[in-house]
Amino acid sequence: MIEIKDLHKSYKMGSNSLHVLKGINFKAEAGELVAIMGSSGSGKSTLLNILGMLDVADSGAYTLDGVPIKDLSETKAAQYRNKFLGFVFQSFNLINYKSALENVALPLYYQKVGRKERQEKALSYLDKVGLKEWATHLPSELSGGQKQRVAIARAMAAEPKVLLADEPTGALDSTTSYEVMDLIQKINDEGNTILVVTHEEDIAHMCKRIVHLKDGVIVEDKKIEQVRAEQYV
Amino acid sequence: MFDIERWQEIFDTIRKNKLRTFLTGLSVASGIFILVILLGFGQGMRNGIEHEFKQDATTSVWAWPETTSKAYKGLNPGRRIQFKNEDYETAGRMFKEDIEYESPRVFVNNVTINYGNEALVYGIQGISSEFQFIEGVSTIEGRFVNYKDEISLGKVAVIGKKIKQDVFKEVETPIGEAIEISGIRFTIIGVFNEQNEREEERIYIPITTAQRVFNGNDKLNTLTYTLPPVENFDQAVAQAVTFKENLRKYLKEEHVVAPEDDSGVRVWSAMEEAKRYYGITNNMKIFFWFVGVCTIIAGVVGVSNIMLIVVKERTREIGIRKALGAKPWSIVGMILHESVFVTAISGFSGLIFSMLLLEIVGPHVQIDYVVNPSVNFNVAFTTVMVLVVAGAIAGLVPALRAARVQVIESLRDE
Repeated sequence: MIEIKDLHKSYKMGSNSLHVLKGINFKAEAGELVAIMGSSGSGKSTLLNILGMLDVADSGAYTLDGVPIKDLSETKAAQYRNKFLGFVFQSFNLINYKSALENVALPLYYQKVGRKERQEKALSYLDKVGLKEWATHLPSELSGGQKQRVAIARAMAAEPKVLLADEPTGALDSTTSYEVMDLIQKINDEGNTILVVTHEEDIAHMCKRIVHLKDGVIVEDKKIEQVRAEQYV
Repeated sequence: MFDIERWQEIFDTIRKNKLRTFLTGLSVASGIFILVILLGFGQGMRNGIEHEFKQDATTSVWAWPETTSKAYKGLNPGRRIQFKNEDYETAGRMFKEDIEYESPRVFVNNVTINYGNEALVYGIQGISSEFQFIEGVSTIEGRFVNYKDEISLGKVAVIGKKIKQDVFKEVETPIGEAIEISGIRFTIIGVFNEQNEREEERIYIPITTAQRVFNGNDKLNTLTYTLPPVENFDQAVAQAVTFKENLRKYLKEEHVVAPEDDSGVRVWSAMEEAKRYYGITNNMKIFFWFVGVCTIIAGVVGVSNIMLIVVKERTREIGIRKALGAKPWSIVGMILHESVFVTAISGFSGLIFSMLLLEIVGPHVQIDYVVNPSVNFNVAFTTVMVLVVAGAIAGLVPALRAARVQVIESLRDE
């Protein structure tokens, strides 16, 4: 599903250049649930941004579902993001003046899905994350866990190939974190490919594979026994 | 443009920021308001000047002699020029093709006027029948001097409306009444009115009578003409200038005045004068447009400024949209749409308000040189176009900035 080869990325900081990714080789099959771990400054966010087509690598190859991601115009990148990727952020990033339903429907709007179909689809995804009754509520009326679930519903609504989650539990307490992880595991059970960036060990162990990043290189890449989040909920 | 979703988004943001949007709109509305009012007054001044010029036929040309200022062909400067009947007749033959109406004029001076026992102090002018068209007078009672009066040396007089009001209060109509001019009885045959009140204090008698009875010779004071009407204003001016130059040339040669001497023979054309005033109103119009457009620019800068703030405030939202797959152009469209919408709505209200004001107050305006200030459809249409363009310009910079929002940076947690 995802394949990157010898990925390099450096940022210019004044006269110095900061080499963040120093040759990453990584492959994820369809249906995998991968945790990307690393301390801050290890390059995990940069890697996620490049995977999310929000940033461009200096060198190296990136293939997503067989499509080479290279030299994209902004418009093309937007199109690919919409078609291939779903994003979940640490701070939810819901649009605060739109209801939960409208938030979930937004990626469908950019897919030019008709209004009625959009609403129906969005509602069914809200139902999936257990928030059907909250459809008309604004984000400010939802708890953190609920917000993240709306965000996950939004990411899933576009039916992406890959779900990219950047510290999805970073702003939540442990109980809510486990609820969110439970949801992510269930989505993964349905066969979706998910990448989770996290620095929390317990969250990482709820995935099926852990990739350790340190100073811009992968230092460890192991399959693990998945801990189900269900038992903590 | 007709995307319901986008309209909803615009209304959402406007609803969230009512006061800010209102104040922004107000600056545009007042800009348009000021522009339209200024243009309305520009039109009013034009109307006013047109009104002032209606008193004399706009194509009239007047020639009168003065004193020479340059020596020429052995003649001393300071010589008094005197027009004669012969000048009038020759000029009439020479310029037959160019002239519509013509009339000589002589001022009858040093006479006493009596009506019964009352002594009157009014100017008397000897003219021919066509003079009424040149001076732009209309007879409101009786008739004007005609050709028959001229050849029969009729002792008839046409008086101004003011004289009727001042002197003939007692009688029902002054027609048929007699006045004595230096002891000679003249019968009043008509009353005329004029745009200019001062010129209503005049008595007109036939030129032939005036020359024969009072001056005893063929002296003339003024040669007056009108030129045939032409559709185009510029053409009319050109025609007036050509005729004026030719007439002056002929009169100067006839009276041996140096060609470069401007003071021997004077020729004045209403058209040229009108052109001067039109020039002034045109300049004024340009000035009004300038002021108005500057005001709108101030409004547009206001809108632009606000939209920049809006973009800044919504940076995160724009970042989210981009992450969800919004193309740069859809972001640009969103911001432009809002900007055009705000300027258009507020501009329209300014336009409608100012036009209503002009419509209601305009006809009641009574200031010299300002008559019925109003704007026509074209001006309104132009203003609307200006508005839409202004809205687009106001939104352009913020929209482009919005399109350049970097997703990673905008979503970075503070």
